[in-house]
Amino acid sequence: MNNTNLITVIKDGRRQRRRRWIIVNALLVVIACILCVAMLMLGSTIYPVQDVIRSLMGESHNGVSFAVNTIRLPRMVAGLFAGLAFGIAGNTFQTMLRNPLANPDILGITAGSSVAALFCILILHTSNIAVSIASVVAGLITAVLIFIFSKGKTFSVGRLILVGIGMQAMLSALISYLLMVGAQEDIPTALRWLSGSLNGAQLPTLLPLIITVLLCAPIVIVLGKHLSILELGEQSATSLGLNTNMTRLLLILSSVFMIAIATSATGPIAFVAFLSGPIAKRLVGVGYSNVIPAGLVGVNLVLAADLIGQFAFEVRYPVGIITGLLGAPYLLYLLIRMNRKGSL
Amino acid sequence: MHLPKHFTKVLVISLVLLCICLLASLVLGSRLVILDDLIAGLFYPEIESYEASVVRERIPRTVFSLFCGAALGISGALMQSVTRNPIADPSILGVNTGAALFVVCGIAFLNISTAAQYIWLAIAGAMITAIFVYGIGSMGRAGATPLKLVLAGAATSAALSSLVSAIMLSRSYVMDQFRFWQVGSVGSANWSDILTFLPFLVIGIGLAIMSASALNALALGDEVAIGQGVRTGTLRIVAAFAGVILCGAATALAGPIAFVGLLATHVMRLLLGPDLRFVIPMSAISGAIILTISDVSGRLIGSPGELEAGVVTAFIGAPLLIVLAIKMKVRSL
Repeated sequence: MNNTNLITVIKDGRRQRRRRWIIVNALLVVIACILCVAMLMLGSTIYPVQDVIRSLMGESHNGVSFAVNTIRLPRMVAGLFAGLAFGIAGNTFQTMLRNPLANPDILGITAGSSVAALFCILILHTSNIAVSIASVVAGLITAVLIFIFSKGKTFSVGRLILVGIGMQAMLSALISYLLMVGAQEDIPTALRWLSGSLNGAQLPTLLPLIITVLLCAPIVIVLGKHLSILELGEQSATSLGLNTNMTRLLLILSSVFMIAIATSATGPIAFVAFLSGPIAKRLVGVGYSNVIPAGLVGVNLVLAADLIGQFAFEVRYPVGIITGLLGAPYLLYLLIRMNRKGSL
Repeated sequence: MHLPKHFTKVLVISLVLLCICLLASLVLGSRLVILDDLIAGLFYPEIESYEASVVRERIPRTVFSLFCGAALGISGALMQSVTRNPIADPSILGVNTGAALFVVCGIAFLNISTAAQYIWLAIAGAMITAIFVYGIGSMGRAGATPLKLVLAGAATSAALSSLVSAIMLSRSYVMDQFRFWQVGSVGSANWSDILTFLPFLVIGIGLAIMSASALNALALGDEVAIGQGVRTGTLRIVAAFAGVILCGAATALAGPIAFVGLLATHVMRLLLGPDLRFVIPMSAISGAIILTISDVSGRLIGSPGELEAGVVTAFIGAPLLIVLAIKMKVRSL
């Protein structure tokens, strides 16, 4: 094969991958929009699209605007931004640590947030805002501790995961203890929070989440190119001229912030952070940045799971239960596949 | 039989420690009891004072924490040697969550509420989960490496606990029973619990001691063990079975108590070396000591209420896991 031929083949391949990336993303956006509209339309009463649009424009008219603007819109916004945050941040962890299992759920970062939130709900009986702040701080502290403990001479993902599981064990003992000492009337609230739920979302309390995602997501997207270099491994990244420590720090910080704030707003929605990355990768293939598709997959997962949880069963389940039940088999499947391939 | 270097010393010291712990468990708590009352409570059932009855109340929980600790200690030692993995423990391998899921299903769908019924469900759950986790963890070329097993355990745990919360969330009565069980405590034990527990303990310990010397051979590798005439398949099944009924039964009655097995075995290995004929029985003693100390200190820290033993052991054990993880040469991924 002569040189020009080779170049056209490479160019063709790249064009194809690019086209695939664009198509997949466009599809994901379309589905997300449909889900958003469905979130606004569906409920105990189903409103047609024109009513929804009219009430969003500010026209008040018998009950529609209350249901749509006060209940369904915040719920939709919470799902949208939490999904983005979980998807992007989870994907960052997985790509950076080069292991799909290295995600905030397994590492215990969400457990750290949960302990603080439960403490506020069950023991201190504080307001929602205090719950949010405490869980953000605790999530950050947990992340920092895990990274300090697993530092060692050389960085090892295996060690990081083991340390994370250790932290996780300690934190879940605390969670059980808090659930036991809590007063019986507070337990349902705590449990609902613990399983991740979009119930009771209000626009003003969602503000921190929205701002964080708007600030941190672009950072990760811009650094996404470096992320794919980091994926090649520490040494290759350094030899390609990447300031690995700086990049890694920025990426970790913005991801942890997004995870912690999203967790504080909706509770830990199980497995969204873990599922989004691998699903997005399956959809877009290799070669292009996985950040945006992962975020979009996260949004779709959360919104779809919430709709299923609300309407598919006799009992209304919070979104985290649905994502948990969907995600758990996938987690095991992934583990089995990784073990078969010997990549662990 | 060649005794390990400090065996007699270690044996004497741990027995003395165990006695001190048992005494402390009778005496200490939110109400302190003096010696006279202790003797009155133990040996003179006709004396009716408040303190004496406090002591009598504490007898079953003390006996139970002794048995339960022993069971968890041996179970940890067995799981570590069967999987040839220094960080195996019922809680890390996800076996506890398996037991928990079955117990929750029992409470929710079969309406059970007695310990004797819990115990079979918990053992069944523990057994199925153990097989599942080991199956996943040992796939692939390198066999069951520590990291793979731990990940399989954590992933299975996560999967099962989302099932647990799905079942619980729509049934608040299940949550009310379950949350007291889940924290892991020896405090509510009574004599009938102990009697239910006893056969499992005896069978488990018997099997463990019988398989100890064959497990020694297994520690040198499957080939060496086969060369010495050990049937490795049967041995693994028997030892794992013993480990699972011990921890399943303990979990059914006390709730999931993490890390006792991990701690107990590591302390004894550190003191006595690798010979399992000594490590297994001594792990029972150290397990009992650890659980009793945790229970007593939980009572003291949490006074006037109490901090459950399961919380205390998690706080002692998890740092050990972290230290082991830091020291261990985990293969970089």
